[in-house]
Amino acid sequence: MSEPITMQRVKERLKIPLMLGPAVAVIVLLFGGGLLVGLGQSLGYFPAIGLTEFSFDAYRSVLTDPNFLRSLWLTFRIALVATVLSSVLAVGFALVLRQKFGGSRLATFLFQIPIPVPHLVAASGIILLITQSGLIARFGAAAGLMEVPADFPALVFDKAGIAIILTFLWKEVPFVGLVVLAVLQSVGPQYEEQARTLGANARQRFFNVLLPLIMPGIMSTSIIIFAFTFANYEIPLLLGVRFPSTLPVVAFRQYQDPDLGLRPEAMAISIVLAVVAILLLIAYRRLARYAVK
Amino acid sequence: MTTDTKPSEAEATPQPYVDLTDKDSAGTRWVRRIAVTSIVVFIGLPMVTLIVWSFAFRWNFPNMLPTEWGGKAWAYVADDSSRVFEGLWNSTKLAFLVTLMAIIVGLPASRALGQHEFRGKSTIEWLLMMPIIVPALVATMGIHQIFIRLRLTETLFGVALVHLIPAIPYFVLVMASVFANYGTALEETARTLGANKIRVFRYVTFPAISSGLLVASMFTFLISWGQYVTTLLIGGGSFVTLPLVLFPFLSGANHANAAAISLVFVAPAVIVLIMTSRQLGRDSSVMGGFGKI
Repeated sequence: MSEPITMQRVKERLKIPLMLGPAVAVIVLLFGGGLLVGLGQSLGYFPAIGLTEFSFDAYRSVLTDPNFLRSLWLTFRIALVATVLSSVLAVGFALVLRQKFGGSRLATFLFQIPIPVPHLVAASGIILLITQSGLIARFGAAAGLMEVPADFPALVFDKAGIAIILTFLWKEVPFVGLVVLAVLQSVGPQYEEQARTLGANARQRFFNVLLPLIMPGIMSTSIIIFAFTFANYEIPLLLGVRFPSTLPVVAFRQYQDPDLGLRPEAMAISIVLAVVAILLLIAYRRLARYAVK
Repeated sequence: MTTDTKPSEAEATPQPYVDLTDKDSAGTRWVRRIAVTSIVVFIGLPMVTLIVWSFAFRWNFPNMLPTEWGGKAWAYVADDSSRVFEGLWNSTKLAFLVTLMAIIVGLPASRALGQHEFRGKSTIEWLLMMPIIVPALVATMGIHQIFIRLRLTETLFGVALVHLIPAIPYFVLVMASVFANYGTALEETARTLGANKIRVFRYVTFPAISSGLLVASMFTFLISWGQYVTTLLIGGGSFVTLPLVLFPFLSGANHANAAAISLVFVAPAVIVLIMTSRQLGRDSSVMGGFGKI
């Protein structure tokens, strides 16, 4: 230790752990700690109300409840539709916005607007548009297509979750679009130009040249979006039907119930939600890698 | 970006199978028109509706515009009983605190991940990305239990810690990409020329990462700004932020108040967007970071 060389080496060795330490500590202690406590409660370990025996009772009652499966299916369907639609639409918009044309800068700026807008504000604007007495229904009435609000289809509090999906699309299409634009910019036009000189038509250039280049970007943004929409609480609570609700809404409702005995079930629902999300995303990554190869 | 193939050469030699004219064909122009129109309509309409509603006093179906205008909703926003200013102040403090903590904790970690190779790197990357992928619901509920014991519920610091969990992965994702993009060569040159650590950071590192840092900080700020369920749970309803003030209005009948509060909620976000819009569009490493999970 007396030699300066060794001190130098110790410093070098500690450099990376010291840089990573604080961030890792926050995630492991807070996020990991929270998960562990939640897992414990889902297994019936809840000393505060005198439960200290581990059991799978909460999981058994959750997994055998037919309403649970309905909620799981609803949650999955909304997240899947929102993710697929936002990815496809985003690629389309990115391909248009990367071109230079009159007003392209203004269009790109408008396209960025939803990025900083909170989801609740997006929901707020969409409610005012698409309820049965909303602005779009009024356009319909002005055009003579309908007379009373009841003539307009119920898009909010509907079983299909259309308002929920629209809100997610409004927020996520620009997000994915800007990531795709960034990837396109960093790739540059040379591959396309080469394909073009080799005689590839527009469709071939898109499917064989551009798509493989932007695919990794789309893959990771779709993971972000799926995980986010799958676990979102406030948007389905606000815009969805009360029954069946999405799983986060069910779990949180149980958690806030004055009956603390429902806590293990609330935790079990959220753990199942987390496990399903992880399994789906692992499967998706495998599948996507296989497809790219 | 320089291209290997020069378009002028390709044009000089007539090649009937090479489609060189499609860049601005009628079809492309139509696609562009549709895309730009839908950006203006879908993105603009909800926001414009919010603005009009906030000044509406009477606006019944099927009128396309309010029949009576007024500033009643804005008077309500300015009134102390609405708690809008309390929420605005709390949201602002909170978002700045979260951003500051994310920079302190996340900047060294991003640098380690962006510029260094070490054993276990991919494990650390996955660990730090966990809060994006694993639904945070169960962790938040678990943390709630821990924070009750630590007396961190209903405090600014407690809520900030929980907001830090989703903030870190996004901050690190963007900043690691920024660090990776700019590399270490310039810093080494400065060091060889005799600059000390502080001067290297002040004159080399900071200018190189500053625009990326601005965008990463913006994202962190907005993640905290938009949080609803975590604040509700850890803040226990007594620590009121803007989304908590807004939420009850979204399912209520007073659309004018909902619109006005939504606009207060979105205003700082729009200011941030105008500040960072150039970086979002130009510096591809910033948004590209989201494509690298």
